[in-house]
Amino acid sequence: MTVVFYLIAAITVAGGLAAVLLKNLVHCALAVTIAFGGIALLFLSLDAQFAGFVQILVYIGAVAILIVFAILLTRGSDVPKDGVFSPTWLTGVAIASAVFAVMGWAVINSVNAIPQLAAVPHVTVHDIGVALVGSYVLPLEIVALLLTAATVGAVIVAMHEKGGAE
Amino acid sequence: MLGEGILKGMAETAKNFAGSFVSKERLTTVEYPEERIAPAENARVFPFLVYDTENWEAGLRCVACQICEKECPPKCIYIDKSKDKKPDYVGKQQFYPTRFDIDISVCMSCQICVEVCPFEAIKMDTQFELATDDRFGGLLLDREQLAKSNEYYHEIHPTEASEVDARLAEEKAKADAKAKAAQATAAKAAADAATKTAAPASPTQAKPEGGQD
Amino acid sequence: MIDKADQIFVLLQHWLVSFLPLALQQPAAVLLGVIGIVCVFPAIFALTTVFERKGLGRIQNRLGPNRVGPFGFMQPIADAIKSLTKEDVVPSTANGPVHFLAPVGLVVAVFMGFAVLPVGRNMVLVDMDAGLLFFFAMGASTEVSVFMAGWSSRNKYSLLGAMRAVAQMISYEVVLLLSSVAVVMITGSLSLTKIVEAQNQYTGIFPHWYIFTPWGLAGFVMYAIAATAETNRSPFDLPEGESELVAGYHTEYSGFKFALFFLGEYLAMLSISGLGTTLFLGGWSAPLSFLTFMPSWFWFFSKLMMSIFVFIWMRGTLPRLRQDQLMNFAWKFVLPFTLLDLFVTALWRFMGEGLLRWIVCSAILLAAYIIMGRVAMVRKHFGPRSYRYAE
Repeated sequence: MTVVFYLIAAITVAGGLAAVLLKNLVHCALAVTIAFGGIALLFLSLDAQFAGFVQILVYIGAVAILIVFAILLTRGSDVPKDGVFSPTWLTGVAIASAVFAVMGWAVINSVNAIPQLAAVPHVTVHDIGVALVGSYVLPLEIVALLLTAATVGAVIVAMHEKGGAE
Repeated sequence: MLGEGILKGMAETAKNFAGSFVSKERLTTVEYPEERIAPAENARVFPFLVYDTENWEAGLRCVACQICEKECPPKCIYIDKSKDKKPDYVGKQQFYPTRFDIDISVCMSCQICVEVCPFEAIKMDTQFELATDDRFGGLLLDREQLAKSNEYYHEIHPTEASEVDARLAEEKAKADAKAKAAQATAAKAAADAATKTAAPASPTQAKPEGGQD
Repeated sequence: MIDKADQIFVLLQHWLVSFLPLALQQPAAVLLGVIGIVCVFPAIFALTTVFERKGLGRIQNRLGPNRVGPFGFMQPIADAIKSLTKEDVVPSTANGPVHFLAPVGLVVAVFMGFAVLPVGRNMVLVDMDAGLLFFFAMGASTEVSVFMAGWSSRNKYSLLGAMRAVAQMISYEVVLLLSSVAVVMITGSLSLTKIVEAQNQYTGIFPHWYIFTPWGLAGFVMYAIAATAETNRSPFDLPEGESELVAGYHTEYSGFKFALFFLGEYLAMLSISGLGTTLFLGGWSAPLSFLTFMPSWFWFFSKLMMSIFVFIWMRGTLPRLRQDQLMNFAWKFVLPFTLLDLFVTALWRFMGEGLLRWIVCSAILLAAYIIMGRVAMVRKHFGPRSYRYAE
């Protein structure tokens, strides 16, 4: 179990690092895909089928493709001549490590993060479904409304260009 | 209604699909190496040389006048003229080709050689299976490969061959008559009642057996 | 005897595994299942290619391939030998690793989909709780491979083909998912075995397949349209439209890699047909109650081949769509209609048994179909194109 965990973790971290360090933007996007896949595998290794498959479906199937589309439709995948690193990368690293430190501190001090040896509850997809449209129906509906509003907004933005003769 | 056209189209193709198993008329495919359609009478591929009588070398109508060689647009005909002469179909002494090569990798099947030939010696063939694994030698046809009998010509272009035969016979008759008249006048002028020699048999009317495919 | 024939492959697996020590039995059983999938479906793929070529030939009043072996059925072997011995050309400007990984990723993702398909009674490799979700997750990850293939080739045709393919697959995946959600709503499970079992009942001699309900029929039609688009089959084969894009995203592939793409394309077609069979056509259940004496896997594969035949039939009939027609069709007709179908499914679920729900559900769907069809025809969404920029 732990071997599998470390293997998957290594893949995920490698994917994440590659996404940051690689020079070619499309390579970065593909590396992000690997990281997403690693996270999905982590979910699966924890017996969370629903979360794992949704991770693949949404992140690899949609988000990664969206990133790639965005790259190709905007700037192209050419490698910039003057390097990919910002001149203020030191500041960036400092901020990132600060954020990481805060988050790590919060996680370590959290009660829930302490390994629990109690039996893992067996959650089926059916249970998740019942919970979603049962006790969590209001948040679900709010999210749905928000997404619908976003979709309508996107359509309006797209339509403006179409009639844009002015 | 939406989708109506799609259903109509599907029905049509289904009819084709089922029909092709039932009716032979639908399948127009000819399975080539086993089945063949006879080439059309006017089909033409590359030229060949016509010969009369049984011996291809002696019976070649070609007199090595080299008009075709000069007229050939891609210059794919190579002719060497002979030093000696031999009688042609009307009995006149003519040269003959010691070499007559056609490079069919260059030939463009324009039929100009056929049109300019005054002796009806070169005609278009319908043979098209000429593939070979020798790019140069295999595609340079020599005299022997080019020579095909008059019967073969009749076989592939019957109408045209009959016309050609009739014309040749007419010419020969004319030449015979002329020769006869010339002989008669010569005989009269000489007041010599010498016996006339029989005219040589017309090669165009002779029907030698067997042809070359 | 009947049971033996039905379970012959399961029994064979158990018998083979029983020779091994107990600890190895479980992995060996899985391995045998994998071997079965990896052997059977490519074999069907090989058969499909020759059937397709012969069928298209017949549709066009030709004979089709008939030279290699009896009736040309050895043609796929000749094709395989040809593509395996061809040179593997990689463009010098191509992005090597990505170019190499694309076909591999595609075929792996497509093969994974078969793991959850129940091909017969007790014949499913992994009986997953979220089987349907797994299937769609694997289907979605093929898009990345398609993009990788198109981008890494450094060829404008490849890239255009990949962009078209990805745009099309994303658009139609929504429809594919939503039309399947209707089935999930009725069955109350994402497990494909449960979905088949729910349909394996008979009223009189007629089965309870979902296609024989109004919402099921509408859902099946939408699913079929989306599946055709998802697998890039004609009339939605824009991504590889040979008259425009040479071969689309696999233009720069040759030899074995091309064969992998070809395999992936047909396997995707097989797996999506298998899923359609499972969702709407009762999976491995027999079409009439007195036909249950035939083995269950026989029915599954018969239905699979029938849907493949319909794919080929459509390919032989319909001309290719244009990109704007494709997108209009997806977003302005298929998607709204599928959403309505979801609504009708909910109605069906809560109206209880009886004739009334048949009448109401059929009426709503029929009316919507006719009205939407009319509007679309009148407003020429699917008709001749108006050239916005040309005038």
